[in-house]
Amino acid sequence: MDNLFNRKYIIQGLFILVALILVGTLFYIQVASDKYFLSAESNVLRKIYTFPARGVILDRNEKVLVQNEPVYDLMVIPNQVKEFDTLSLINIIGIDMKRFKKSFNRATVQSRYQPSIFEKQLSVQVYAALSEQLARFPGFFVQSRTVRYYPDSLAGHFFGYVKEVSKKDIEMSEGYYRPGDYIGKAGVEKQYNDVLRGEKGIINMLYDARNVPKGSYAEGKFDTLARSGEKVISSLDFRIQKLGEELMKNKVGSIVAIEPATGEILAFVSSPGYDPNLMVGRQQGNNYMDLINQEKNPNRVLTVRPIQGYYSPGSSFKPLDALLGLQEGVIDPNTTFNCPGYYMAGNHKVKCEHVDGNISLRKGLARSCNTYALYVFQKLITQKKFKNQQIAYDEWQKRVRKFGLGEKLGVDLPSERPGNLYTAEHYNKKYGNRWRYTTVISLGIGQGEMDATPLQMANIMAIIANRGYYVKPHLIKAIGENKVIKKEYARKNYVDVDARHFEPVIDGMQDAVNAPWGTARQSAIENIIMCGKTGTVQNPRGKNHSVFIGFAPRDNPKIAIAVVVENAGFGSTYAAPIASYIAEKYLKDSLSVNKKAGAEWMKKQVILPVPKKPKLKAKPLLTDSLKKDSTQKSLAPAKVLTAPASGAATATAPAKAAIVPVKPVGIPAKTTNSKPISQTP
Amino acid sequence: MTTQQGNRFFFNVDWITILLYVALCTIGFVNIYASIFNGVESNDFSFAAKYGKQLIYIITGLILGFSILLLDAKFFSVFSPIVYGLTMLLLIAVLVVGRKVAGNQAWIPLGSFRLQPSELAKFGTALLLARYVSSFNPKFRDIKSIFFAAVIVGIPLFLIMLQPDTGSALVFLSFMFPLYREGLSGYFLLIFLGMIVLFIADFLVPSEILIPLILAIGGLFIYQNRRKHKVMISCIIVTVVAVGYLFLVKFAYEKVLEPHQRTRIEILLGLKTDPKGAGYNVIQSKIAIGSGQLTGRGFLEGTQTKYGYVPEQSTDFIFSTIGEEWGFVGCFTVVALYIFMLLRIINLAERQRSTFSRVYGYCVASILFFHVFINIGMTIGIIPVIGIPLPFISYGGSSLWSFTVLLFIFLKLDSNRMGFI
Repeated sequence: MDNLFNRKYIIQGLFILVALILVGTLFYIQVASDKYFLSAESNVLRKIYTFPARGVILDRNEKVLVQNEPVYDLMVIPNQVKEFDTLSLINIIGIDMKRFKKSFNRATVQSRYQPSIFEKQLSVQVYAALSEQLARFPGFFVQSRTVRYYPDSLAGHFFGYVKEVSKKDIEMSEGYYRPGDYIGKAGVEKQYNDVLRGEKGIINMLYDARNVPKGSYAEGKFDTLARSGEKVISSLDFRIQKLGEELMKNKVGSIVAIEPATGEILAFVSSPGYDPNLMVGRQQGNNYMDLINQEKNPNRVLTVRPIQGYYSPGSSFKPLDALLGLQEGVIDPNTTFNCPGYYMAGNHKVKCEHVDGNISLRKGLARSCNTYALYVFQKLITQKKFKNQQIAYDEWQKRVRKFGLGEKLGVDLPSERPGNLYTAEHYNKKYGNRWRYTTVISLGIGQGEMDATPLQMANIMAIIANRGYYVKPHLIKAIGENKVIKKEYARKNYVDVDARHFEPVIDGMQDAVNAPWGTARQSAIENIIMCGKTGTVQNPRGKNHSVFIGFAPRDNPKIAIAVVVENAGFGSTYAAPIASYIAEKYLKDSLSVNKKAGAEWMKKQVILPVPKKPKLKAKPLLTDSLKKDSTQKSLAPAKVLTAPASGAATATAPAKAAIVPVKPVGIPAKTTNSKPISQTP
Repeated sequence: MTTQQGNRFFFNVDWITILLYVALCTIGFVNIYASIFNGVESNDFSFAAKYGKQLIYIITGLILGFSILLLDAKFFSVFSPIVYGLTMLLLIAVLVVGRKVAGNQAWIPLGSFRLQPSELAKFGTALLLARYVSSFNPKFRDIKSIFFAAVIVGIPLFLIMLQPDTGSALVFLSFMFPLYREGLSGYFLLIFLGMIVLFIADFLVPSEILIPLILAIGGLFIYQNRRKHKVMISCIIVTVVAVGYLFLVKFAYEKVLEPHQRTRIEILLGLKTDPKGAGYNVIQSKIAIGSGQLTGRGFLEGTQTKYGYVPEQSTDFIFSTIGEEWGFVGCFTVVALYIFMLLRIINLAERQRSTFSRVYGYCVASILFFHVFINIGMTIGIIPVIGIPLPFISYGGSSLWSFTVLLFIFLKLDSNRMGFI
C-alpha cells in the first residue's frame, strides 16, 4: 500500500507540471510578446483621416498665386456594399463597367473593411448629381479634399505640382502617407512639401466584430485635428512674372530677376512654360504625357531652364575678368591694351568685332572688347607670383567659383544643376602637363569649358550690384504667420573682391547701356541708370543665343536680372530689351510709352527652333566656343529675325568671339548636355 | 439531529475547498457579466441576461451542494449502481429524444432548461468505479479487473461518442488516474502518452519516413536484447503494435473523424491556417488573452470582449475574458486556484479510511483536471478546439450543477471520513 501511496506524488506532480505549461504559455503570449496586443488594436481600431488643405502660396505683395479648390473622391468600403444598381452608378460618375470592376477589385484588395478610393476627384457637378442618389449605393460615400488651383496660370515651373504618392513615398514617409494621398512632386510643392502639406487629422474609432462603429477610442485622447498647411510667401513679383512670361511667349529661354540685397528671386520665367492647372485633376496623367511628348512639345517644356539650362556666359563674363584683374592688381582702371581687331593667343588669332586701338576698362566693357578681356585673363594666368600657369589657373577658377559658378547655388527648388567650371586637375587630365593660358584662353570671354545657368548669371549681377557679396537666391520669402526663413537665405556670401574695385566695372556696364557707344544703348531706361552687359553666345547647332545681364538702378540697386533668349542672335536685340521692360516695370510699375510699344512688339515675336531634317546632321564641331544649351539638339531659326528699329544698330555690334583654338578641342561628352534632362517622375 | 452533531458536521467539512469553489464561481459570474457587456452601461440588473441566470445557477448550486452535505454518506456507495444505470439510460435517451445543437445530440430539453446527460454520467461513472474498487479490492494486475474497469468507463464513453461529443468523451480518459493510484501499471500511462506522441508524429512526419524510423529503432532494441528473450519479445510486440497503430490512426482520421474535427487538429498542428474559418475562434481568443498583457485592461475595458471578437465567450471561451481584462495576473490566479483545489482534493482523498471515498476523490480531481487543462489549453491554442466548459466559471446551469454535485459528494464523503461506509 505504501508503494501505491507514493503514486499520489506522481499524480500531483503531473498536475503541477501541466499547470506550469499553461502558465508558461500564458506568460509568453501575454507578457513576453507584443504580437497579440497589436493584433487586438488592429482588430478594433480604425483610423479615420481628415485631410487638411495645402498651404496657399502668395507673391511678395501677398497676392494669391496658388489656392485650393474642393474636389470629391468617391470612397468605398467593400464589405458594406450590398446589391445595388451598378449601371446607374457608373452612369452618374461617367465610367464604364470595366473600370468599375477594376476599381472595385483594387479597393477590395487594399482592404475589405477600410475605406478606399473608388473614383478620384469628381467634379462639383458630378458630386451634386451623385449626392442625391448616394443612399441607393450602400458602402459608398464621398470624401471631400482640396486640389490646387492657379488663378493666373503662371509660373508652372516654379510651383511644380502635386501628385498621388508612389510606393516609395509611402515607405519614405514613415507611416504618414497612405495610398491615395497626395504629395508635392516638383518645384516649390516638392521643396516645401513638409510645410505646405499640413497634418492629417486622425480620429481613432472602435469597431466591433460585425464592423459596427462603437465610438471613439480612449475618449478621443489620441485623436488629432487636421492642421492646414502653412501659408508660404514667395519672393516672386506677380507683375513682372506675368510680364516676363508674356514677353517670352513663343520663345525659348529664361528670365531670372533677383533683389540683390536679399537674394529674393523676383521673376522666374522658363519658356516654353505651361499652365500649372494642367497638372491638376483627373487629366493630370494625360496632360503630363503630352508635355513630355517630343512631337507635341518639342522644346522640353518641363525643363526648368533658369536652374537647369546650360549656357556659356559669353561676353557677360567680361565684368568678372575686370574685377579679378583689379583685385589682383594686374590692371588698374586706366590700364590700356591695344586692340587691332584681334588678339593673338600664341600663334592663333582671336577676332574682335571692332578696331578700337588703345582701350581701357570702362570702354572695353561698354564695347564688349574681346581683346581687352583676353589681355586681362592672360595677365591673371601669367602672374609671376605663381610657380606656373596651371597653379595660377587653379587660383583663378577658385576665385570665379566664389561668384557662384560651377557649383549649385542652393536655391530652394529641387533639381538645380551646378553648371561647369574646370579645375586645373581637369585640364591636367585632358592635356597632361603641357597646357597653358593660350590653351584655355577662350574662358576669358566666357566660352569654352564653362557653363552657367541663368540663375548663376543673375546672381553675378546681384554680386556686382551689392559691390561684393550675394545672398543665396531663393524663392520663398517667408513661411507661415511668423514669417520664418532659413538662416542660409539671410547670410551674406562675400566674393573676396574689395568694394572699391566694383565702381570702375560698374562704370563700364553703365556705359554699355547708356553711352552712345554701348552695346545695349537702345535698352536704356528713362530716368533710371541700368547697368548691364550683353552677350551673344555662340551656338554651333543653330543661331546664337541672345543674352543680357544687368542691374538697376546704379545706386542702391533694386533688381539684378539675367535674360537668355535661345537662337535669337545678338544680345542687344532681344535679351537686353526684355530685361529693360522687366526692370522698368518693376521699378516704375509701368512702362513708358515707347517701351510699351516695344514690349507689345516683343510679345508677338516668334523665335522657335524648328527641328532640322535628319539629313542635315550637325557638322563636327570646329571650335571650342560651344553653346551648351542642354535643351535643344538640332535647331534652326524659325524665321529671319528682324531687330527692332534702332538707329544705333551698327554702333551696338555685339561682341562676337571667333576663336581659332591652339589645338582642336572637342568638348568632353560630360559637358555637352545633349542628354535629356531627367525629370522627376 | 442534535446541536452537537451539527457542530461536528460543520467542523468536519473542508471549508478551504468550499472557499475555493465559491471564489471560482464568483470569478465566473464577474467574467460572464463582462463577456455579455457590450459597452453600454445599464443600471438594471436583469435575471433574464446570462449573468442573471448564472447568479441563479450559483445560488441553486450552493443549495444543491449543501443539501448533499445533509444526506447520509452511505447513500452514495449503496446507490452508486443505480445512479450509474440511470445516467446510462439518460445517455441512451438523449440519442433518441435529444435535441441536436451544433451537430451534437447532447441535450434533453426540459422546459426552459436543457439537461446534458454526459455531465451527469461523469459522477455516475465515478461513483460506480469507486464502488467496484472498494468492494472487490482489485489490484489491476490481472486482465479481468482491468476489463471490468474498462467496461464501467467504456460504456458512457462509447455512448457519448455516438452523440457525437468527442470533448466530453475525452474526459472519461481521466479515470486512468484513479486506476493508476489503485495499482494499474504505470506502463498504461506511458502507452497512453506514446499513443499521443505517435498520433502527432503521424501528422508531422510523412509515413515513408516515420514507419522505417520506428522499425529501425525497434530493430535496434530487439538486437540489443537478443539474449534476453522476454525483453526481446516485448520489444517486438511494441514495435509491431506501434506500426499497426499508425495505420489505424491514418484510417481513423480519414474515415471516422468529422471534417471539422480534422480541420481543428490540422490547425493546431500548424498544418493549415484559416484565420477566418475554423481557426478564427482560437486566433481571436489568443489575441484577446495576449492583449491583456501583465495586468489586463481592467474590468469591462476589454475591447475584444466588449465588441464580440471572441465567439462562445461566456461558455467555452470564458477564459479569454479573464485573460484580456485581468491579464497574466488574473490568469495566473485562476490557474493557481484550480491547482490548489486539485492538490487539496488529492490530499483529502489520501486521508480517507474508506477506499470508496479515496477512489471517488481521485475521480473528482482527475475530471476537474482534464476540464481545466483542455479548456485553458484550447483558449491559448495548445490543444485543439474541444468544446468542454471550464469548471465553475463557464456559463451554464447544467455544467455548474454537475460539477457542484461532483465536488460536494466528495466533501460529504470527506466530512464523514471517521465513519464507515
